[in-house]
Amino acid sequence: MRFHPVRHATLAAGFALAAFSQEKPLAISGAQIIPISGEPIPRGVLVVQHGRILAVGPADAVKIPADADVIDASGKILMPGLVDSHSHIGAGTGGDGSAPIQPDARVLDSLDVRDSSIQKARAGGITSVNVMPGSGHLISGQTLYLKLREARTIDDLLIKLPDGTNAGGLKMANGTNSIRAAPFPGTRAKSAALVREQYIKAQEYRDKIRRANGDAEKMPPRDLALEELVEVLDGKRIVQNHTHRHDDILTVLRLSREFGFKVVLHHVSEGWKVADEIAAARVACSVIMIDSPGGKLETRDADWRTPAILEKAGVLVGFHTDDPICDSRRFLRSAGLAVRAGMTRKGALEAMTIANAKILGLETRVGSLESGKDADFILLSADPLSVYAHVEQTWVEGRKVFDLSNPQDHLYAAGGAGAGDSRRAHLCCFTSAWDLIAAANEGNQ
Amino acid sequence: MKNARRIFSFLLLGAAALPLRAANLAIVGETVHTMAGAALKNGVVLIRDGKIEAVGPAGSVRIPDDYRVLKAAVVTPGLIDAHATVGLSGVLNQAQDQDMWEKSSPMQPELRAIDAYNAKDPLVAWVRSFGVTTVNTGHAPTALISGQTMIVKTQGRTADQDVINPAAMTSVTLGRNGLTVAEGAPGTGGPSATKPPGTRAKAIAMLRADFIKAREYAQKREAKDESKRPGRDLHLEVLLRALDGSQPLLVTVNRQQDIISALRFAQEFKLKLVLDGCADAPMVLDAIKASGFPVVVHPTMQRSYEDMENLSIETAGRLHAAGIPIALQSSYEAYVPKTRVVLFEAAIAAANGLGFEPALASVTVDAARLLGIGDRTGSLERGKDADVALYDGDPFEYTAHCVGTVINGEVFADGPH
Repeated sequence: MRFHPVRHATLAAGFALAAFSQEKPLAISGAQIIPISGEPIPRGVLVVQHGRILAVGPADAVKIPADADVIDASGKILMPGLVDSHSHIGAGTGGDGSAPIQPDARVLDSLDVRDSSIQKARAGGITSVNVMPGSGHLISGQTLYLKLREARTIDDLLIKLPDGTNAGGLKMANGTNSIRAAPFPGTRAKSAALVREQYIKAQEYRDKIRRANGDAEKMPPRDLALEELVEVLDGKRIVQNHTHRHDDILTVLRLSREFGFKVVLHHVSEGWKVADEIAAARVACSVIMIDSPGGKLETRDADWRTPAILEKAGVLVGFHTDDPICDSRRFLRSAGLAVRAGMTRKGALEAMTIANAKILGLETRVGSLESGKDADFILLSADPLSVYAHVEQTWVEGRKVFDLSNPQDHLYAAGGAGAGDSRRAHLCCFTSAWDLIAAANEGNQ
Repeated sequence: MKNARRIFSFLLLGAAALPLRAANLAIVGETVHTMAGAALKNGVVLIRDGKIEAVGPAGSVRIPDDYRVLKAAVVTPGLIDAHATVGLSGVLNQAQDQDMWEKSSPMQPELRAIDAYNAKDPLVAWVRSFGVTTVNTGHAPTALISGQTMIVKTQGRTADQDVINPAAMTSVTLGRNGLTVAEGAPGTGGPSATKPPGTRAKAIAMLRADFIKAREYAQKREAKDESKRPGRDLHLEVLLRALDGSQPLLVTVNRQQDIISALRFAQEFKLKLVLDGCADAPMVLDAIKASGFPVVVHPTMQRSYEDMENLSIETAGRLHAAGIPIALQSSYEAYVPKTRVVLFEAAIAAANGLGFEPALASVTVDAARLLGIGDRTGSLERGKDADVALYDGDPFEYTAHCVGTVINGEVFADGPH
């Protein structure tokens, strides 16, 4: 038979749809469940269907539907899929070198969903992720919040908001990364001045739109950059702000106060020095756990006690990989190291899940195991804070996207020859020119 | 003035009156991994004058009354990092604290780590705070021949006081990292006098030419007519130590074809190598095994890209299972983390195929043997240096702490970390 990619793709899509509409409930039973939304359940049951959680609770309290497929997960730990609030998987990009402020650049237009880094993130138990452009700009572009479903194209990974737009934030940075040769700023004060100038422009742009009151003739010409900043001013888009030094952290808080935008502080190496100020501003922090301080001047005083100190001050704390800075496959390690340095176990597990969900504004859908929420969960071989724990399975919206017992998935989890190659998508016709050639050869035989 | 002089001599006398040795210690561990036989339950390590005096179960070792007693859940030998850049690659990552990469020429075996090692760099104390007591540190795996490593205790005094071996190994880097070096970068001493290699074949050709020159130099040095003997050549002298087997070459190599090239090069000049990195080792396991050379495996958590694209967290386990001697390392990071901690690299290896005991051995007794310092470090045995690490649980667990580090009997409480 000759190979027809288009027909195969149509068949595959049709099959997937049919499978979804007739889907039976699935029960995962016997595992110790860490729901995050409540106390751990020593022997629990999780029931999911149509991508959502139907029920979760102790084995003797949750009735498994008669038609359910049942997976015995005795001896395993089951917890929500991890949420990474700052990552660079998928080899995405944002603004280029032409200007320090580029809110119009979208990471959406650059991602490779078959990049091995995405399957490695699944191997690390990550099911939701904020993929960001880099920190070399004051504003480097629009970030994207993704669900790590099976994917053939970027559209398969998007999270749609009720108004139909794609969920995502705005990446900003201050400190030394965005201080570069012209046209970039040369100092911290100039950095802040440029950002203020841009937000004032956005305020004026918004005012013009308001004054036009629907009159097309009075509307200002569309400005892609200012449109995004208006979304930020209106609270529709959260600023995800790279910042290390304590004075840079305070600058972010000052700007956020002046313009009233919602912001999350990322990295916060010196957060421990201004924990009370961060708490008073009611601003959340996404912390990175690096194996040693330094590597650049502004992270000299980075301290593993930061999450514990922020937690104690009452700050909402999440963690992130900043992959490839930290490997997505070792994401749980962040929680372990934070507990080592004094954070509570509860706080550290929340920081991997529900706190990060809040940081992305996705807490109604992900971050804990509660009925009605997305069926995103992972199965672990041991306690999540143990070095000996392996992520054995990762599920997104009721579908298994990673299974350590599968040799190909094991390769992505552990590494080895081929682990850097693009992933072949399932239920799909081809992934590379070599597949096309192989298929053509088959057809000719 | 007179008074000042009097005070000065008083201080001198005072200093002379201080004991010149660290306090005598008894370290009591619920579990003591001596790495010389099975682990002891309720073990005691007695330390006197910086050396281990006795090791045994609590019942059989009497603790003298005047010994300071330290207690911990788990006691291990001080950890050994078999290849680091700590002390040369400083915490700030600013030009003034980055001495791990001399870019003026691609082959400079004459560069000695001991002439650059900063014992006071905060990262030395940082790795010590996790129980690391000895590092084989030096120039980074960057230039084709980057310099000579030194083996040094992390006591943080001075290079000369802390050194064990001032010229341990000569670092060679093959593959992509050993190729073209950016010339004339700021602070690097201007453009290269010698052009760095641009390809793999050129790199090996340059190495071979240099070693042939060293051989000829050795012959000329033996000339009967003294007037015909060449003057000292620091560069070639170092290569001679590799040629006569007195100093191994530490060859950082990751791609399988480069590993094979390294073995071919070693065979031609009858060199003793320590292979380093070896991301592709599983593909050429038999060749490595046949060479008899040990491997300092890449950091378990090193990023997989370029030459390290194929690295696996299971490689250490596979090499060990094949009977190849291994040790672990922190290696070199140009950005963050500015140093890795070999304890954590061993932890990930332990949990991914290597297992607890071999993983601990890879950063203690096996590392000591590989570095040629097994007679004085790497295990808790009578007569060895009193280098000990104390933990409040399984040292490899994320949530456990190093609660004390002892080097030559000196107690460091940098933590708990």
